[in-house]
Amino acid sequence: MNIAIIVFPGSNCDHDCHHAVTTVLGQTATLVWHKENNLGGAEAVIVPGGFSYGDYLRAGAISRFSPIMNAVATHAAEGRPVMGICNGFQILTESGLLPGALRQNECLHFICDNVYVRCETARTPFSKVITPEVPLRMPIAHRDGNYYCNPDTISRLEDNEQIVFKYCTVDGKLDSQANPNGSMEHIAGICNLEGNVVGLMPHPERACEADMGSKDGLTLFTSVLSSIKS
Amino acid sequence: MAKALIYITYKQGLLDPQGQAVKEALSSLGFMGVDDVRVGKYIEIEIEDSPSGELKTQVEKMCRELLANPVIEDFRMELLENNNSTSPPPSDTQ
Repeated sequence: MNIAIIVFPGSNCDHDCHHAVTTVLGQTATLVWHKENNLGGAEAVIVPGGFSYGDYLRAGAISRFSPIMNAVATHAAEGRPVMGICNGFQILTESGLLPGALRQNECLHFICDNVYVRCETARTPFSKVITPEVPLRMPIAHRDGNYYCNPDTISRLEDNEQIVFKYCTVDGKLDSQANPNGSMEHIAGICNLEGNVVGLMPHPERACEADMGSKDGLTLFTSVLSSIKS
Repeated sequence: MAKALIYITYKQGLLDPQGQAVKEALSSLGFMGVDDVRVGKYIEIEIEDSPSGELKTQVEKMCRELLANPVIEDFRMELLENNNSTSPPPSDTQ
């Protein structure tokens, strides 16, 4: 498997993603500068976290105009896997590849913490091998992670099984105390209608090795590997 | 040149946590009767003049496509046309 990891000015999780795919998973990853026009034949794309363009105007608002985003949109339209993590999720919503928007956290603070999320659907390439009953422990680090969309969109997300991850307690219960940022319906991650484009606020790449406190994030990478192989 | 003054806020009805925090700070300072506070962005754009309708359409397009996120934000604007208000030369001070 060859994964393209997009690098914007201000990306800061690109190398963590590269490490997860190469060192931990033993696959190939290529860092692709945002000024490039093609993904070099990659089978999947990761739009990593960070503060692309310093979050100027709004998180992700400027990055979506980078030349590489045309190639990402084409890759997505062809039904191939794309995952946006944190700032990558914000960029995918700003680009219109995913519905809704990420607002400032309800508490106004930047939150850096470990959270639990439960997987709501195995229909995406990034959640295919995740056991839904077992919550995943992954870190979050964001100020703008408060997911919002209008009531019609939220109904569509529910009806079409587009909610992929929800913040939950350690034993998998939905609880406002376990929702760190005020996201609607406890949403931590969603996908597009086709299921091939996924965005989430937690950082799976930072939870791929026991030394990091959790290996739960690795399942997202093993999922996409197994999707591509099959 | 014309000037566009653009104001962007969270949509009415959406919780504005910054506005709420400012409102609480104002009441803790003793300012009574503050019913609501909304915090937003203010953007000034200097732009070449064109017939009034065109300029408005163009700036609205800028707002919809980049400056505001229509999912969560509203915008309003003021257009100052023929804005040749260069500041007067500083008077000599001796």
